Amino acid sequence: MKHLISVLVENKFGTLNRVASMFSARGFNLESISIGETEDPEISRMTIVTRGDDQIVSQVLKQLNRLIDTIKVTDLTRQPHVERELLLMTMKLSKATQHEIFELINVFKGKVVDIKQKSITIEVIGSPDKINTTIDIFRPYGIRELARSGAVAIHRGE
Amino acid sequence: MNGSEIFFESLRREGVDLIFGYPGGALLKVYETLHDIEDIKHILVRHEQGATHMAEGYARATGRPGVVLVTSGPGATNTVTGITNAYMDSSPMVVFTGQVPSSLIGNDAFQEADIVGITRPITKHNFLVKDVRELASTIQKAFFLATNGRPGPVLVDMPKDILNASCAFEWPEQADIRGFKPTLKCHQNQIEKAAHKIAEAKRPLLYIGGGVITAEASEELQELATKLDIPVTMTLQGLGAFPASHPLSMGMLGMHGTYWANQAVNKCDLLIAVGARFDDRVTGRVDTFAPQAYKIHNDIDPTNVDKNIKVDLPIVGDSKNFLQGILKALPKKAEKHEAWLNEIRQWQEQCPMTYTVEEDSLKTEFVIDQVSKQTEGNAVVVTDVGQHQMWTSQYYRFNRPRSIITSGGLGTMGYGLPAAIGAAFGVTDRPVVLFCGDGGFMMNIQELVTAVHYRIPVKIFLLNNSYLGMVRQWQELFHQEKYSFTDLEDSNPDFLKVVEAFGCRAMRAETPAEAEAAIRSALDYNEGPVFVEFRVIRKDMVFPMVPAGGSISDMLLERLNPKTMV
Repeated sequence: MKHLISVLVENKFGTLNRVASMFSARGFNLESISIGETEDPEISRMTIVTRGDDQIVSQVLKQLNRLIDTIKVTDLTRQPHVERELLLMTMKLSKATQHEIFELINVFKGKVVDIKQKSITIEVIGSPDKINTTIDIFRPYGIRELARSGAVAIHRGE
Repeated sequence: MNGSEIFFESLRREGVDLIFGYPGGALLKVYETLHDIEDIKHILVRHEQGATHMAEGYARATGRPGVVLVTSGPGATNTVTGITNAYMDSSPMVVFTGQVPSSLIGNDAFQEADIVGITRPITKHNFLVKDVRELASTIQKAFFLATNGRPGPVLVDMPKDILNASCAFEWPEQADIRGFKPTLKCHQNQIEKAAHKIAEAKRPLLYIGGGVITAEASEELQELATKLDIPVTMTLQGLGAFPASHPLSMGMLGMHGTYWANQAVNKCDLLIAVGARFDDRVTGRVDTFAPQAYKIHNDIDPTNVDKNIKVDLPIVGDSKNFLQGILKALPKKAEKHEAWLNEIRQWQEQCPMTYTVEEDSLKTEFVIDQVSKQTEGNAVVVTDVGQHQMWTSQYYRFNRPRSIITSGGLGTMGYGLPAAIGAAFGVTDRPVVLFCGDGGFMMNIQELVTAVHYRIPVKIFLLNNSYLGMVRQWQELFHQEKYSFTDLEDSNPDFLKVVEAFGCRAMRAETPAEAEAAIRSALDYNEGPVFVEFRVIRKDMVFPMVPAGGSISDMLLERLNPKTMV
């Protein structure tokens, strides 16, 4: 099953590499990883999406904890949390399709960030599931390029 | 102070008086400073890999961290095997590497290697020092990490400009590492639960790993075992934690363990794993390992729990704390285990560890047995990797902790000679004995210079069968007798001549009588290293044996007597 893990790490060079290479060295699945500074500039938060049965995920959590640069590891999967991903996507645009495309952008609460004669770039924010659906729905209109940020997530406040 | 002076002052603060090193361009300033230092002894090795194994041998023999100093680039990359070895066997070690000047890092400069990147997966942690003001605190952190919790190697990379730059020396009161808080104290409820399980068990078995030796918990182990008559089996790294001479000692378990230890694992109703990690060489097929047992597992590293084997009662913490806790929590009324011990005795009689002696040929088992007898199980025994290593585990009767120094996790051929030299720098009140095969001896033979130069009284016992014997054994048993590149007879050198050319005393033995005398004479000689080549039977195999991936109940036994083997 899919797990969403939030890791606070020292904001130092090489930390991302330590985490990523631990996943590859131990043969753990790494679906996405995103990292950014927190309110404390010495600390970064990583959001990791991985898959595995309970035994494997328990090893993932322990191995993350074992790295010296990790400060706190939380499995958000079964806790109240908010999870978001950003999608940037450029598609073909033509007279015939533009009407439908704009309607769909509204349906997904997306934004147009750039528009040219023959192409349009949009952004969509949502859960990774919503991003998957978005991509599926837009695919028939001709996706030129897309970039996903990977999930970021945080514990819901009290 | 300049960076080099800070470096040595930091070593002093950590109580370091011995380092194994090799100079080079990036370390010129350090060696300039070292020239006038008298309270820290520098051992000049002949290859950086040798330095790492020496540091590890020293660490395992003394319990103190081994320290390595090497230059950038090739000096650094040559430490990789030794660092990995220390990582796999949880040995405390701090490796200092020189690095090209900060301004050149990333430029493919002369003798540049990204050693921090290279060693990330094989160190407990590593550091690149980017500011001379952080050098002292980084060194402090390195030693703290290497020696606390589960020990391991830590690497500190020091660019040349940092070693030349100056600042005031500041030594923090203690290392502050936010993300490193090892659990040392075991959970009390878990301890009590375990104590009750132990008191109630009919067929308990203690399965002891190197963690008990690291934690210096042998006394507690003996107290627990003898109090309740619990048999004790040990891993390769755990040997010596419980005296082999004690009737409750079952010897080693696993692939080349004793028949009765493995039978006991099969039949026990309670398995108490202490400081051991259920390695594949111990468990064989995991789904048939200790099938009837309730499993208690104490380890200082939480990642070892439920990694290979799902256990019933995990207890994270230091093994000494665990054993002390159990001793305290044991209920007054506890089972004794006469019937269980009788059952084990029957297995012992059924399949004892024996070998035959013939007048005109020499067996490795005999040599090891002789050394065991002549040193009364009290030597520091270092091995290389292969058949002789397994025979050592079977026939040397280790009576004290910190007595076996061997490459268990990584299985590094070439480990033995430098590790023995390193051990001998740390231990002077017991003989240091090396058992080595002819293959592994050639892999770091250059360190014989180091042993001769520093007059290290290490006893080098070469068990020469002119084969890569363990590989040959597997070729015979599992690979259709295709002896592919394992026969060294035509290419091995005349070892006596080679060793003498290094300036080392050398002898040869080809019969049991010669062997006995040569061992005696070697043990009596303490002016420097001494070498004995034992020409042993070429095609002997190590038995008993659990085939890789097999169940430990499927031990190969019928060929236990080598006469029926060939």
